[in-house]
Amino acid sequence: MNLKALLKALTGKQDSKDVAKERLRLVLVHDRASVSPEFLDIIKEEIIRVISKYMEIDEGNTVIQMHRSEGTAVLEANLAVKAIRRTF
Amino acid sequence: MGEVIVITSGKGGVGKTTTTANLGVGMALLNKKVALIDADIGLRNLDVVMGLENRIVYDLVDVVEGRCRTRQALIRDKRYENLYLLPAAQTRDKSAVSPEQMRKLCEELKEEFDYVFVDCPAGIEQGFRNAIAGADRAIIVTTPEVSAVRDADRIIGLLEAAGLRGPRLLINRLRPEMVKRGDMLDIDDILEILAIDLIGVVPDDEKIIISTNRGEPVAAQENGSLAGQAYRNIVRRIMGEEVPFLNFYRNRSLLGRLKKLIGFGG
Ligand SMILES: Nc1ncnc2c1ncn2[C@@H]1O[C@H](COP(=O)(O)OP(=O)(O)OP(=O)(O)O)[C@@H](O)[C@H]1O
Ligand SMILES: [Mg+2]
Repeated sequence: MNLKALLKALTGKQDSKDVAKERLRLVLVHDRASVSPEFLDIIKEEIIRVISKYMEIDEGNTVIQMHRSEGTAVLEANLAVKAIRRTF
Repeated sequence: MGEVIVITSGKGGVGKTTTTANLGVGMALLNKKVALIDADIGLRNLDVVMGLENRIVYDLVDVVEGRCRTRQALIRDKRYENLYLLPAAQTRDKSAVSPEQMRKLCEELKEEFDYVFVDCPAGIEQGFRNAIAGADRAIIVTTPEVSAVRDADRIIGLLEAAGLRGPRLLINRLRPEMVKRGDMLDIDDILEILAIDLIGVVPDDEKIIISTNRGEPVAAQENGSLAGQAYRNIVRRIMGEEVPFLNFYRNRSLLGRLKKLIGFGG
């Protein structure tokens, strides 16, 4: 370890470029995950269509959204189930 | 049949126009026939960076609206054998040209020129759509800053969506002494984040401002600046040559070498 690195370790101060890199990483996860409402609507319809084979879904109470959580993107789907189909 | 290369960035002011001018000059010095298109309609700049502002008669919009032939609007840069500029219109806006018209124009220019460079306006709206419409390849310019790299990422996504594969990254205005002390994103940091291939790195260099004052791109001066050398290397990489990347971090001074020896700095 050279003097500069030692000094940094002692003061606990991070290089500004490391801060920049970390912030970039996080903001890009979010940017790359942000999709248009139209696109989400398409996904929503498709999910409902698939699930409807097994359960009766209340479309009005179904929410699909994308958000950021601890460094990753999460696709969250909340589907209100009215009934489960007997046939399965 | 030539190739059309768009120089784009997303964020404004990172060096697209400077890059376009220098790559054009560098390419012309290698005896290639080159046309530069200023696609920044309403904010014409490439003409002054090239020092050709007094020779404009017709512009890009005149060409696409049929008021003149493409040949008549192309300004020949007399300092080089084969370098031409098609200036942007200054009194119109981006909607004066359509992507289809740009595509046609690029096809026409490719017949005659080895390389056509398109200087793209900042942003992701119609001006950007026009500029990339006729392109075969793209060079994305960024500076080592969070906002510029973020916008570059967005551009990479948009280019991909438009079917322009394999864009290359040009990192502009690198300041080696800031990188050394940990106060600027390094080349590897940026490449890791964006995950695309590098075409070159141009240092922050006051010679660029001086040469822009005079309207003579730095790439023209044979044994001049590090920036000029960087541009000439990029030109050769565009042509498919393998050229090693410049090392900006060499410790040139005796003091620097001594410091490194005793483990201080470096
Ligand atoms: N490597 C460099 N070193 C020093 N100055 C530079 C460098 N590259 C560009 N500049 C300066 O930065 C400024 C912006 O450059 P330029 O006009 O090429 O950017 P641009 O991306 O075309 O901007 P716009 O988005 O407005 O079209 C200019 O003043 C230019 O001289
Ligand atoms: Mg510009």
